[in-house]
Amino acid sequence: MKNQNRNLSNRQYVIIGVFAVVGLLYVIKLFSLQVLNKELKQSADNNVLRYVTQYPARGKVFDRNGKLLVYNEAVYDLMVVPGQVKDIDTLEFCRLLKITPESFVERLTKAKKYSRIKASAFLPQVSKEDYAHVGEVLYRFPGFYFQTRTLRHYPSAVAAHTLGDIGEVNHDEMAADPYYKMGDYVGKSGIEKFYEKELRGKKGLKVVLVDVHNREKGSYLDGALDSLPVPGKDLYLGLDAELQAYGERLMNGKIGSIVAIEPKTGQILAFVTSPTYDPNLLVGRVRGANYNALLNDPSKPLINRAISGTYPPGSTFKMVNGLIALQSGSITPATQFHCNGPASTPIKCTHFHGGAPDLANAIENSCNPYFYEAFKTTINNPKFGGIKKGYDYWRQMTWNLGLGHPFETDIPYEKSGNIPTGAYYDKMYNGSWNSVTIRSLGIGQGEILLTPLQLANIAATIANEGYYYPPHLIRAFGDSTAIPEKMTTRLETGIESRHFKVIKAGMQSVFEGSHGTARGSRIPGITAGGKTGTAQNPHGDNHSIFIAFAPVEDPQIALSIIIENGGYGSTWAAPIASLMMEKYIRGYTERPNVEERMMNGVINYDIKKKKQ
Amino acid sequence: MTDRNSIIGKVDWPLLLMYFALVIVGWLSIYSAGMSEGHHAIYDMSQFCGKQMMWIGISLGVGFLVLLLDAKIYDAFAIWVYVIVMLLLLVVLVYGRATNGATSWIDFGGGIKLQPSEFAKLGTALAVASFLGRQDSDLSNRKTRLPVYALILLPAALVLLQHDAGSAIVFASFIFVLYREGLPGAGAVMLLAVGAVAVFVLTLLWSKTVMCIIIGSMFALTLAYYLLHKKKGLWRMVAVYAFFFAFVFCVDFAFYHILEDHQRIRIEVILGMKDDPQGAGYNLHQSQIAIGSGGFWGKGFLQGTQTKYDFVPEQHTDFIFCTVGEEGGFKGTLFVILLYVGLLVRIIKMAERQKLAFSRIYGYAIAGILFVHVAINIGMTIGLVPVIGIPLPFLSYGGSSLLAFTVMLAIFVKQDANRLNIL
Repeated sequence: MKNQNRNLSNRQYVIIGVFAVVGLLYVIKLFSLQVLNKELKQSADNNVLRYVTQYPARGKVFDRNGKLLVYNEAVYDLMVVPGQVKDIDTLEFCRLLKITPESFVERLTKAKKYSRIKASAFLPQVSKEDYAHVGEVLYRFPGFYFQTRTLRHYPSAVAAHTLGDIGEVNHDEMAADPYYKMGDYVGKSGIEKFYEKELRGKKGLKVVLVDVHNREKGSYLDGALDSLPVPGKDLYLGLDAELQAYGERLMNGKIGSIVAIEPKTGQILAFVTSPTYDPNLLVGRVRGANYNALLNDPSKPLINRAISGTYPPGSTFKMVNGLIALQSGSITPATQFHCNGPASTPIKCTHFHGGAPDLANAIENSCNPYFYEAFKTTINNPKFGGIKKGYDYWRQMTWNLGLGHPFETDIPYEKSGNIPTGAYYDKMYNGSWNSVTIRSLGIGQGEILLTPLQLANIAATIANEGYYYPPHLIRAFGDSTAIPEKMTTRLETGIESRHFKVIKAGMQSVFEGSHGTARGSRIPGITAGGKTGTAQNPHGDNHSIFIAFAPVEDPQIALSIIIENGGYGSTWAAPIASLMMEKYIRGYTERPNVEERMMNGVINYDIKKKKQ
Repeated sequence: MTDRNSIIGKVDWPLLLMYFALVIVGWLSIYSAGMSEGHHAIYDMSQFCGKQMMWIGISLGVGFLVLLLDAKIYDAFAIWVYVIVMLLLLVVLVYGRATNGATSWIDFGGGIKLQPSEFAKLGTALAVASFLGRQDSDLSNRKTRLPVYALILLPAALVLLQHDAGSAIVFASFIFVLYREGLPGAGAVMLLAVGAVAVFVLTLLWSKTVMCIIIGSMFALTLAYYLLHKKKGLWRMVAVYAFFFAFVFCVDFAFYHILEDHQRIRIEVILGMKDDPQGAGYNLHQSQIAIGSGGFWGKGFLQGTQTKYDFVPEQHTDFIFCTVGEEGGFKGTLFVILLYVGLLVRIIKMAERQKLAFSRIYGYAIAGILFVHVAINIGMTIGLVPVIGIPLPFLSYGGSSLLAFTVMLAIFVKQDANRLNIL
């Protein structure tokens, strides 16, 4: 027993041996790394390694016809590594760069605060001339160097809100994604933001040795640590640049929006918000000043009204009520409701069409009492067993039509609009409400608020007779990878297509019927369906609204127009819609006088607002 | 009968001095590593070095307390410490919060977080020592072996479930204890493990066919030798070769199906199968540049340029050795390695002079744990071991790790100081 223990005790030497051998191995490896390896040692001789980021070219953006919308231009950033700045002639440096000594101190302090060791942009976007000039003498200023990067440029200067802009990353963005370093650019809005990951590509890195005289002595370790930048993907949008520019011209002098959709795909053809601005204003060193000017402009040009403006849809909502009434079996296309004109109760009619219209007639004449009755009949339909259940059904159907919620495709900052819940009315009326209480919903007034994008989608859904693709901007990526599945997923409304046929006929007679509210905006040679809307607006004159699609036989375009304080739908919105459709289908318009009247028409908002 | 005042005279000062030296090197390195964002006072509590100072204070206090307590309680309560730590590991699994891809923290609020896996090593060392130290324990008997295996494998499994493969590997260190305590075949297992690692690496680097030819020819030679010399144990030899043949075919499967992606990539990088200096190879390249740039003499304290957060990630925790390498140079790294080897050898020597089996076994257990930590951590920074995130004992930033290692060591120092009281 004793003997065995002594034998075991000898095992300590094996274990000590293992420790010693591993220790020795490590010392040998360290000796080779630290003493024998000359390459690694180079950087110990007063040299510094400079990690130069190789910026990839950001992806370009094209319209549906391959026309260039966004591309890149080279600019030069003056970078600084504060820890390497030593003994420089500050005054001379300021003179060369045309900055004040105060500004020099401020910039250097900011860079130091970020990091003493990491490079940050000292002076972004130096002009080509200054770059050439300063570059020659930069060796006298250790710690500074130039880095090339690119700026966005917008050759046709349209669709500013849709394309969006890029700007320097902020702290939150850097914290959320370690890919970004201070001074990097990131998409801030529009598709620049949504497709940031696709557009940005992948940064490369070049490690260079720099001597004490701020001279690059070549690639470190023969470029073993370097990586090449990967360019970003190009984007092909569904947008039609020409139609977009045309729409922006038509909206001149007016506040509002135009949204045009290709019904068969859900791709957005035109996405106009007015007033707009030249996207080139928000690029480069002028960005800050211009941004503030736009921000303080009382007409709020930075707001994209097509997605963040919410409006009562007015009479354009009547098709929705007609469709839900048909689908629930509450009315048939032949159902007639009596109209007493302006003497009708509880909602009067603004038109003098007389008699008892059927559904198609009621759309043509925009008969208020008809759609109030249709709405009432729907939510009171005995098959639901109570108005609250009837209302829930009605609300679910509007949801299916894409209303009251954002589509959440590739358009950031989209508003959801508002279709009130039954609970909301319970609270508001202490649980006691009926079809008269909420009668305004029958004619698209009251609490209902929709975005122009949702309105356009109603038109697209009617054009498709029962389904839609969520409206989106992307058409394809430059490298042919698939676009997100959500954009190509067909959504069903649950309303049968035969009901849409009735609605479509009514909308066609809005243009072609003898009482049609848009008969003045007929497009010779092209069939179209539409619906005017005149939305009551508590803050001033009524909004002029129109939704439409064309041609009726095979719809290629569906759209919504909103002209704030524009009065009747037939005054501004209908003619503009007809011109947009004609332009898209024909490529030109045959009604120069309508076109001229619309483009030159200015709504004087100062006067309109005073009426409040 | 213990005279509390004489504890200072009885402790093993060479061991403690080496411990203090390592803690101070760590603290200064953490201070230096944090210097990239401007100068701060070394005691600035908002900085890593300030927090580390607080933890050093706490660790020393708790360590001193350990020395004051009665030496016998550690053996007596070993199993309870073990049970509590296992429960904590379970709590972490259920309520733990995720950090660095491994769920291993318990958050007590107020910025105080504990990592039970650090204390699991201590608990296991105590439990194994207590169990094996019993008079009737005999590792050649299955009735002793199986409970010991269970004591070691349970925490390893719980830690592995937290996706903390690094800490789980540490439990392999108990093979040293088992070997010393006479587990039959423990030496052979260690050799087999070395062989298996070699086969694993070579199979990945070359190919199955090449490995089969090599092992096959080695087998033929050994077989001829055995037959010619009429050696005994022929069947055991055949079994070993069969194991390695089977292992060759398991390598691909294990590599591509059992390992997680990041683990596989780290192995590919260290074997040079994949060159990815911007991706998974980044840590390795950067830490080698940092250590290499130190040269023989080093750049001097606070003078390092590479070993700041920017270039070497996790600089103050798992990659703290880079700072030693860059600023201290080869003389610095040699000094630290000598300190560690000295510390380990001292622990083994002290363990051998213990009268109580508990104290001896415990000494071997902590030597093994420290050794595996040091070998993996330093091996990782100099490119000899794949990147595995475990701390460098006494040097790395981190309260749980420092406290656990300090208590671990203090218990042993107390046992040693008490050995003269044992009759």
